[in-house]
Formats: sequence, structure tokens, C-alpha cells
Amino acid sequence: MKRLIVLMAAVLFAFGLQAQQKSDLPGVTIKNLQGKDVNIAKLTNDGKPFVVTFWATWCGPCIKEHNALNEVYPDWQAETGVKIYAVSIDDSRTTAKVKPFVEGKGWDFDILLDVNGDLKRAMNVNNPPHTFLFDGNGKIVYQHTGYFEGGEEDLYEEILKIKK
Amino acid sequence: MLLLGTLSLHAQSFVDQAQVSGSFQTDAQYYRLDQGIGITDLNGKKLGINGFGKINYTYGDFSAGMRFEAFLPELNGFRRELNGVGLANFFATYDNGFVGVTVGDIYDQFGSGLVFRTYEEWSLGMDNALRGVRTVIRPAQGLTFKGVYGRQRYFWAPYLEREFEIDDYRGIVRGIDGEWDLNQSIPAMHNAEFKMSLGGSFVSKKQYDMSLFYYIPENVGAAAGRVNLAYGRFAFTTEYAYKINDPSAINNYIYKEGQALMSSLSYSQKGLGVVLQVKRTDNMSFKSMYTGLQNDLDINFIPPINYTHTHSLPSMYTYSTQPNGEMAAQFQVNYTIPKGTALGGKYGTKLAFNMSQVNDIVRDSVLDHGQMVINKKGTLGYTSNFFSVSDHRFFRDINFEIDKKIDKDWHVTAQYINLYYDIETIEGHAGAPAVEANIGFLDVTYKINKRQSLRFELQGLWEKEVKKGYAYDESEKKDYQKRGDWAFGLLEYTITPHWSFSIADKWNYGNPVPEFRDHYFTGTVSYIHDATRIMLSGGRQSEGVVCVGGVCRTVPASSGVTLTVSTSF
Repeated sequence: MKRLIVLMAAVLFAFGLQAQQKSDLPGVTIKNLQGKDVNIAKLTNDGKPFVVTFWATWCGPCIKEHNALNEVYPDWQAETGVKIYAVSIDDSRTTAKVKPFVEGKGWDFDILLDVNGDLKRAMNVNNPPHTFLFDGNGKIVYQHTGYFEGGEEDLYEEILKIKK
Repeated sequence: MLLLGTLSLHAQSFVDQAQVSGSFQTDAQYYRLDQGIGITDLNGKKLGINGFGKINYTYGDFSAGMRFEAFLPELNGFRRELNGVGLANFFATYDNGFVGVTVGDIYDQFGSGLVFRTYEEWSLGMDNALRGVRTVIRPAQGLTFKGVYGRQRYFWAPYLEREFEIDDYRGIVRGIDGEWDLNQSIPAMHNAEFKMSLGGSFVSKKQYDMSLFYYIPENVGAAAGRVNLAYGRFAFTTEYAYKINDPSAINNYIYKEGQALMSSLSYSQKGLGVVLQVKRTDNMSFKSMYTGLQNDLDINFIPPINYTHTHSLPSMYTYSTQPNGEMAAQFQVNYTIPKGTALGGKYGTKLAFNMSQVNDIVRDSVLDHGQMVINKKGTLGYTSNFFSVSDHRFFRDINFEIDKKIDKDWHVTAQYINLYYDIETIEGHAGAPAVEANIGFLDVTYKINKRQSLRFELQGLWEKEVKKGYAYDESEKKDYQKRGDWAFGLLEYTITPHWSFSIADKWNYGNPVPEFRDHYFTGTVSYIHDATRIMLSGGRQSEGVVCVGGVCRTVPASSGVTLTVSTSF
């Protein structure tokens, strides 16, 4: 065990050289609805803020939140340029249903599929819905769990605060 | 000295440039006696606590984390074996996009999980992490190879060498998986409307034959192949898995191979989504310990494909996968009547229709020592025609939902469900008649002002067969717990963004056994601040099944107070 720790420490120091731009986005690769790999560490919105929300087709409050967000999304985009990534934590039981579900609901978000909860774990999401607001540099400036009626207004206030 | 200097410089950046994040959750329940719902003995357990704390550390391409768990003792309805405290999970990963290595406890999934899936679900007390090594290599765009090797978590059992263990039959799990996404891989296909990806996996377990009666194969292999196709608005996915003979406690020690096939076809356009899924599984329970029961040491995951209900009465009878075989189909339509039309109104109207059904597979007898037998221990078990569907129906759910925002203050959701639930097979209540029920709910939200809103739910469940006065035997009385008609009402008042107060009553008014016609009254207060949630509730909880991801646990009836504190940072 001791040797392992020493070895691990040595490896860590070696990689310590590659100091990177500090962002709160974990280096987890998941797929989007088109089946394309998306490396979360590289998520950006051209320097503008973006939102990452965790949801599932079986989560009632999540659907309420997304319906509400979808209604205000065009206005928000026009005013702040914000982008919303909705990460589905549906597992293989419901993955195939996510796309028809999203389209059927008419949602306009960028949907990502976290089929085995890799991103959920990396971002410490205990229960959906869980919403993160990132600034243009990928730093978390606000996060919120649960959804109450009208909760999107608070998110919008936070977006306005960091809008440049 | 120079070396030391460099090291400390690195150590400095290692601390400064790193991110530390984590989360905590504690669920505590205080139990009390409640003669009214038959709780006359707490068995010495007045308090149950499930808690975890996890910390993740990330520095560039490196990340590490650990999770500490405490079950002191576990909440009612969780497995007794969880009782304990300790570091349940730790890992370290380096992944630079080309190659990734993880040592420690690994969660991963090959394809849809038919031959390999390790995951963790806190609300079920489920964790089958693989402790070992995982390597991921992405040699070219669109090409991914994975390899895993290790032993699975089994509650708190130590990970020791075989020689030192007494009752631990856990084997070693090894697996490889490859996936090729043609669209990402072939430049000419980058933006093609036709999309295709292929994948294949092989997983084997090396287990120890400890049986006195049967010859247990020490190496059991399983393989799967998958294809995903999409063209324009259509998408088709399919996966087939095969497992060699694998006698186990779950399949009654038969020497039959296992098979699974899962396919889905979908069509999506803005405002309309249609999906059809079919599934056939036969003897596909795959565990790294052949004596395992329930969800113990599952290597694979067989997803159920029925609709997941989220309201109280509709989710009372949730289907869980039958590991020894089933044939299932599901059809779902989501449609939004556009805004500005007569039926759509100002906000559009969302409609959903879902139908799912699960039946048993057909099993035919096999010859054993001159006799025709079915599913007899130590035999080949049975043969099964791939396309035959048994008359034995496990489950059926037909439901229709309408979701309508009426104006800026009122929002209504209503659903009707017709349900068939073979409680004998799914919950093991031998001899109990199947549940055939009509269920309906109305969920109405009224926005008082920008900050405050009221929500109420009315739900009803009406069973066809089990009516008042149904003749039952005194000895099988317990099978009638929770049976018959139910009503449910809920009133919730929320002050965005922090507070929610709710009261609810679930009433089994139509139970055939008069003394089971109980009220389950609960009151809940919850407070949310950013990523912290505190919830306090008191009252009665009815006996039921909690399911997440198609995996379920039964929750006994209880009475008392529950406190949940959850936070992320």
C-alpha cells in the first residue's frame, strides 16, 4: 500500500507540470443525441455563460423544470446568449426513449446522455433535478438542486449577474 | 536541492490548480410503534441511518475520489448486510483522451449492459462496483476499446485472496469491449444523414466450484454485439447477448445457455416522438457468485422497458425484471399540439401514450435419464422457442397523459392508467390474485404570485378483482396487505426558491380485509438552498416497492420521522 501511494504521488507530480486552465468541468466523455462523443472538459459557449442541468425521463420535477425553461429559453438566448445542456441520466432502460421524448416535448436544449452516471458522479449530483450555471470560463458560479414553480427566475437572475 | 525545489513547485500547483468537489447525504429514520398499521414490534430498531460522503479531486487529466459510507444501522427495507461503516469506494484515474487508466472501484457499462454493467444507486443500497483496473484506449477518432479486470463489491466483504476466505465465492470478472462509430471515424461520413456505430463485448468470470452436488463451471463467458443505425428522423438500435451455461441459485442450477435480444426503433421530429422497443431474455442472470440471490453481484443489467411512473399510486406496482426470462414490448408516443392552434392554446398541449407488456417465455421439456423434465436441478433445464410468447402475462400498462399549461397561473397534468401486475411472480406472494387496476391522477399547480404556488394531487386506484368482502383465508391475510382500492390526496405549498410544505394522505379504503383499511398520513417540510436540501417528514409509510432503473427493493410499512440532508460542493 505504501509503495502504491509513493508511486501514485510520483505520477501525480509528473503530471503536475501540465498545469491547465482552471475550469470546473470534469474530463468525462459522454454522448450527445446524435451518438457523437462529447468531452465535457471542452464544453464552451464562446465565452458566454452556460447551464448544465441533470434530468431523467422518469423524474417529474425535472420535466416541469424543463418545460418551464423551454418556454423562456428563446428570450434568455436573445438577451444573454446563454446555452442550456440538459444531461439525461436515463440508463439503458430508457436511453432509446430520450430522443423521441425530447422531440415530443419540443425541447430546444442540447441533450447529452450520461448512460452510466459517469458525469453525475464526477459532478456530485445526488438527485435530479440538479442545475449548474457555468461562467464563460467554465467555472461553476451557481448550482441548485430540486425544482419549485418559478425556480427558473432565480437561475435567470444568476445568469444576468455574470452577463458581461 | 534543485529536485526538491521542483517537486515542491509541482506540489504547490498540485494543490492550487486542483479542484476538490464532493457531496454528502444522510437519511435518518426514527421508528415508532403503530398498532394501526400492524407495527407491534420494532425488533429493537428505533433508529436507522444511511449516510455517505464523497470527495472528488481533479487536476488536469488526473482525478481521484473516495466515498465513505455509514449504515448505523441501515434503514428498514435495506439489506441487513449493509450494516457497517467504512471507506466503500476509492479510485484514481488518468485519462488524456487517448489512453485512460483507472485503478480502484470502477463503474462502467458495455453497450446497454446486457453482459456488463457496474453502477451504484444510493436509494436502493445497490453497488456492484468492480475493484480492479480499467483501461480505455481511443486509438483513432470514433474508435474506443475498453478492458476491465477485478472483483465486485459485495456489501462489506473484504477483498481477500481466495485462500483466506471462508464463505466468499466471489469470482474475478474480466471484460473487453470495442466500439466503432463510423461517422466519427470516416471523414466522408462526418455529416452524413446515415449514421452507424458497431460494438462488441466479451466478459468472463472465473469462479470457484464450492458445490458438493453440482459441477460448477469455473469459467463462464458471455458475449454481446450491437448495432446503432440512424437515418434522418429514424433511429434503430439493437443488441444481442449470449452466455454459456452458468448454473446458479437464481436459475435453479440448470446447465442451459442464456440469450438476450433488445431492439428499439424510433421516429422523432419537433413535437412528435414515437418509439417501439422489444426485448427477449432467457436465463441471462449473470453473477460473479453463483450462489448469489436478488441483485447480489450482478455482472450484467437487464433493463426493463416499461414506463416509469412518478406519482404515488401509479408507482405502487412497478415492474422489475424477471432474470430467468421474459418477452417484452413497449410503444410510446409523445406529441405536442402546437402553440396557437385551437387545441394547443397559447402554450401548446403535451400528450403522451404508452403501452407496455411483459410475458413469460415458453419453456419445453428436455430429456433427463429417460424422463422429460422442465427446469429440474442439474439438467439442461429446458428448450425455448425464440419467437414463442407464453400466455403467462407478468405485466401490462396502458396509459395516457395530458399535460397542459392553461394560462400563466394554472398548470394541469392528468393521467389514466390501466394496469395488470402479476404480484405472485413479481413480489413472490404465492397464490395471490394478479392486480388488475384502473388508476388515475390529477396534478394541478396554481401560481399565487411570482414566489408562491399551490399544488394539489388527487389520485385513485381501483382494483377489478379484489373487492370488499373477497373470501380470504385467515392464513393468507397478509397477502391482502395494500390490496384493493386506494385514494390519495396531496396539498403542497411552495415558496420559491427555498421552502416547500406538504401534507398527503394515502388511504386503502377498499381493502378486502377491513382491518387493513388504513390511512397513511404524512407531512413534509423541505428547505432547499443552492445545492443543499433538507427534508423532514413524519407519518406513515405504506408497504411498497421502491424502484430505480428497474431495480427494486421492498420497503416495509413504517411509522415515524424521516430526515434527509443532502449537499454538493
